[in-house]
Amino acid sequence: MHLIVPLLLAALLFAVGVYGLLARRNAVAVLMAVELMLNAANLNFVAFSAYLRDSAGQVFALFVIVLAAAEVGIGLAIVLLLFRNRGTVAIDEVRSLADADPPEPAPAGAR
Amino acid sequence: MTAADVVFGALGLVVLGAAVLVVTARNVIHAALWLVVCFGALAGCYLLLTAEFVAWVQVLIYVGAIVVLLLFAAMLTRAPIGPSQDLDSGNRPAAVVVALAVAVTFGTLLVQAFRTSYVDLHRVAGSGGGQPIGEAIFRNYVLPFEIASVLLLAALVGAIVLSRPEIGDR
Repeated sequence: MHLIVPLLLAALLFAVGVYGLLARRNAVAVLMAVELMLNAANLNFVAFSAYLRDSAGQVFALFVIVLAAAEVGIGLAIVLLLFRNRGTVAIDEVRSLADADPPEPAPAGAR
Repeated sequence: MTAADVVFGALGLVVLGAAVLVVTARNVIHAALWLVVCFGALAGCYLLLTAEFVAWVQVLIYVGAIVVLLLFAAMLTRAPIGPSQDLDSGNRPAAVVVALAVAVTFGTLLVQAFRTSYVDLHRVAGSGGGQPIGEAIFRNYVLPFEIASVLLLAALVGAIVLSRPEIGDR
């Protein structure tokens, strides 16, 4: 198999993920785009593992999968907290870290 | 052009089509379900590249766990079941330009670098099974393995703390 086939597929998948990351507004959909980008990196790891006849690539692909599981767990906890405190998951409506906005009153129980 | 190339190309088309649908679907639930198709076809790609263990881990963790987590998040944030128009922000044109730039840059770079490289799949067959991967992890990569377990524990504790705000009030 030509090495360029999986590499091009990974590059295009990464580009699709970049598009989703920039264009999506729902935080859950943004997390899905991040998963696509992580999978593109994984495909590169596995392809080079076969090319170089070294199992290190597959081992690190497994580590990336573990990282993705941890990342999506924390990310979804943050998204749920955001929804509980603000009632929205649209990432362009969450601007209270900017200086100019007056501080929004946080509901009871929020930190 | 071998049979492996053809099959990989077909699976790649499925992966890319499903990925495009993931980032353009008007419905969060549909996007999550297209993610299942994308990850499943990617597992097929890993199988073709003789990485059997990674392929089944991909099916178990990505298709089995992460997509379910994403569906739970869509449910708990009361995602609209029908199609919604506000899934995309206003910077779609800029996103298209950036994504095309990324694709062209990476594509050109990879074609220039690896145009003639060839993977001899027959010589690597069997190197991606459970036993070789387990030996590689527990002989050469024990420290990253332990760090990954600590990281998972920290992520678990962090997720529990984040999703239980009443802990801080008592």
